[in-house]
Amino acid sequence: MDKQQIQACGDELYEAMINRTPVRPLTERFSNIRIDDAYNISLRVLERRIESGEKVIGKKIGLTSKAVQNMLKVGQPDFGYLTDKMAFSQGEEIQISDRLMQPKAEGEIAFILKKDLMGPGLTAADVLAATDCVLPCFEVVDSRIENWEIKIQDTVADNASCGVFLLGDRAVNPRKVDLATCGMVVEKNGSIISTGAGAAALGSPVTCVTWLANTLGQFGIPLKAGEVILSGSLVPLEPVQAGDFMNVSIGGIGSASVRFI
Amino acid sequence: MTETYENKLTQAQIEELAIHCENAELEAYEITKITDDYPQMTYKDAFDIQWEMRRRKEERGHKIVGMKMGLTSWAKMAQMGVEQPCYGFLADYFSVPEGGEIKHDELIHPKIEAELAFVLKDELKGPGVHIGDVLRATDFVMPAVEVIDSRYKDFKFDLKSVIADNSSSSRFVTGGRMADVADVDLKTIGVVMEINGEVVQTGAGAAVLGHPAASVAMLANMMGERGESLPAGSFIMIGAITAAVQVEKGDAFTVRYQGLGTLSGKFV
Repeated sequence: MDKQQIQACGDELYEAMINRTPVRPLTERFSNIRIDDAYNISLRVLERRIESGEKVIGKKIGLTSKAVQNMLKVGQPDFGYLTDKMAFSQGEEIQISDRLMQPKAEGEIAFILKKDLMGPGLTAADVLAATDCVLPCFEVVDSRIENWEIKIQDTVADNASCGVFLLGDRAVNPRKVDLATCGMVVEKNGSIISTGAGAAALGSPVTCVTWLANTLGQFGIPLKAGEVILSGSLVPLEPVQAGDFMNVSIGGIGSASVRFI
Repeated sequence: MTETYENKLTQAQIEELAIHCENAELEAYEITKITDDYPQMTYKDAFDIQWEMRRRKEERGHKIVGMKMGLTSWAKMAQMGVEQPCYGFLADYFSVPEGGEIKHDELIHPKIEAELAFVLKDELKGPGVHIGDVLRATDFVMPAVEVIDSRYKDFKFDLKSVIADNSSSSRFVTGGRMADVADVDLKTIGVVMEINGEVVQTGAGAAVLGHPAASVAMLANMMGERGESLPAGSFIMIGAITAAVQVEKGDAFTVRYQGLGTLSGKFV
């Protein structure tokens, strides 16, 4: 794709979000779209967010489950950017009519770094050494593409289908928890809807963060101290609507709860 | 179980069906679900068949070493088309040592499930047993993996048929690290099942009826309906935390438990 096409696609996705009007899949209209074109589109979307006053505060990793990778016929995760406007804290309500269209919630573990991580060549040990704390987290994914009819390029261009996220109120030292076996229980409106464990994301959430640091490192981009990294869902996605209440509990870490209005 | 707890089968039919189901287990062949031929069968009939099978094994000198709960997740109940959990017994020869070999040829179409086991220090006798009673009566919990092997063709059954088939019990492995219930968050304890080194299932304790101890309470209450209890020392497997995964000859499995170590075994 040429520069103009990339810019136009980025603008279209940004406006789709602002106007809460999903668009047809990019892959339906641009058969030549490559993965790196898609990342460039996502950078254009980010540029528009920054122009409107948003600040980048971290990154998210997506497509970390085997099931989702198989569905999209990809062999690796993807990533998107987190801004301050997307961040919510325990106790806050998330208003769906503010920017969300077809939201789905997923339980994750969030990492907060205390040191920069610059790939490539990083191992899980480097990531653990650079992690200040981990927190329970809900990511609310959303798609600016109609009916979630996404191919890999569509979701990458659309900031890895990120919507907003909410962090729980307990931060735990990564030395205190086994991130591969810690269990997750997700409840919606009082019923347990799914359970999982850390290994559901590529064998361990640490593997996901390591992948991101190494992937960005190839482009000279570090993960920075203080950044929030969402490491990928440990349970299937759950569609949500106004009035829904959800809770996620993670063994040895804590819980986060969210009400959608 | 909304029906009254009574028999519709004769004692002779119950004994005959116990032999029918047990032979399928012992010789590893498939049968069709028995409610096809006995549609009038009640839950009491189904449990009577199971208890008759248990009596037959004991008569031959086998020891009953524990109990198991089955169909304890809402997803599993929906998948199997049944409306509530069931229980079965564990005979001595079901037990496979940690890291041991399970002979696939002795089974029909085995699947494995990651579970936890409770070992009691006090008796539990229903009705009216609740989670608090279970936690107070528990000596310790430990990892357990169950090998289920329904004798019914294609794992197709209804609740009464599965009860008569000893709730698909066939083999189990237990080991790893024991823990006091006060030291484990049983609702969020995570499990990771790997087959041949690949993660195939993950889950957490709450997948079992919302809390693993709820499963033990339900077992005590169901057995209480027959005047039976869980004596001190009982070993009880609570039901699957993960979905059941089919295994083939040559498959090796490892299940990792949050804070409780690992369990492994191999199908040969």
